[in-house]
Amino acid sequence: MPEDVNKYLPLSKPKIGISGKTGSWRIFAPEINYEKCVKCHICVVVCPEASILLEDDRPKIDYDYCKGCGVCARECPVGAITMRRER
Amino acid sequence: MSGRRVIIDTGNSAVAYAVKDAEVKVIAAYPITPQTTIVEKIAQFIEYGQMDAKMIRVESEHSAMAAIIGSEAMGVRSFTATSSHGLALMHEMLWYASNARLPVVMAVANRTMGPPWNIWADWGDAMADRDIGWIMSWAANNQEVYDFTLISYRVAEDKRIVLPAMVNLEAFVLTHTSMPFEICGEETREYLPEYDPVWKLDPDDPIIMGNLFSPADTMKLRWDMWESMERAKKVIAEAIREYNERFNRNYEGLIKTYKMDDADYAILSMGTIGEEAEVATDVLREEGLKVGTVRINFFRPFPREDIIKTLNGVSKVIIFERSSSIGASGQIMQDLGQSLLLEKMQLDVNDVFIGIGGTDVSYEDIVNVVKKAIKGDLAPLYWYGSEGW
Repeated sequence: MPEDVNKYLPLSKPKIGISGKTGSWRIFAPEINYEKCVKCHICVVVCPEASILLEDDRPKIDYDYCKGCGVCARECPVGAITMRRER
Repeated sequence: MSGRRVIIDTGNSAVAYAVKDAEVKVIAAYPITPQTTIVEKIAQFIEYGQMDAKMIRVESEHSAMAAIIGSEAMGVRSFTATSSHGLALMHEMLWYASNARLPVVMAVANRTMGPPWNIWADWGDAMADRDIGWIMSWAANNQEVYDFTLISYRVAEDKRIVLPAMVNLEAFVLTHTSMPFEICGEETREYLPEYDPVWKLDPDDPIIMGNLFSPADTMKLRWDMWESMERAKKVIAEAIREYNERFNRNYEGLIKTYKMDDADYAILSMGTIGEEAEVATDVLREEGLKVGTVRINFFRPFPREDIIKTLNGVSKVIIFERSSSIGASGQIMQDLGQSLLLEKMQLDVNDVFIGIGGTDVSYEDIVNVVKKAIKGDLAPLYWYGSEGW
């Protein structure tokens, strides 16, 4: 935004972790079995929290922000992701 | 492309020429009588290579407004046009344009809301959207239609304002009536420089529009809109002055007064009825009645100060309205009322509902009503012709 415009606008800047570490909301945690994983990256695309990142072409779950919704486990075409109860 | 010239065409064509001369880049619209020929004309300009713009065909007016909110948010000058039920369907998205501070411009061909199905003139469609934070002008002839559209872009995009603007033109009386008017062609470029948005969406620097805000922050946003709309009174007056100088027009400002200098009685109206009232004023003057006319060109922001100033010294105001706020009074009456209260002024007022549902309003109708009002024979809230129903 230009500096000379002093206006209140309904805009905000995305920032990681502004609402705290929402991973604490989780009851079930996804776990990836890398022996089964075929690196199709479908889980990366479908994760509604953008909490599955790529590390050396492999999906890696960011447990700080994964809320445990289970979409990745449901969508994984080879059944490489299972949900484990945490509490 | 060519420069200034006088053409004879309809009000809808006047809008289309103004949109072309404003170098609008995105138009999204859904057809509805009596607006349709505006976007048809624009589509023709694009098809003939006379205008470099993208026309987005959408499945509804809600989508039309949503589409231009999207393009405007990308920093592109955008336009749509609609009427009555189409405008009603847009209602939700109108808030998105104003609250997100996206200065789109829309032409509204004022048409009656149904049922009954009625395609004729009535201000009621736009009046239902007067509280959203849109700048609203009402044209009285095709020259004003063209000029107000350009002035609207200039004011809406002004960094002191940044609010959307609606240009109102009455169904058929203006939309489908041909009359001579001057178009400015390329000469509008300096008056209306390229759109420079205060914010836009940029994939390389992501921002979120419309995220959850706290009540306190939201109140600040509304206050900012309020202040900008108040400021718009000054900015519109400036924009009109510069328009007058560049294009040899003689607009007075947010209102137009006619024979008000020594008037005892004032007619207050808008749009084509406001212009017809000038003819009525001449007739009444010939009969020795000191009548003047005040025509509102810009209804939002409401030109309270200008109206109060010109009404000072008048003993009676007769308002002619082509819409009513059923259960209260007319919308102009309500705003005149708040103006009088705020300025601690008292006036004898008659509010006359006329031309509703597209009924014709001639100067003779206005003359008859004004004479009755002056004699004191008129109810404060009067439906023209209702004594015979």
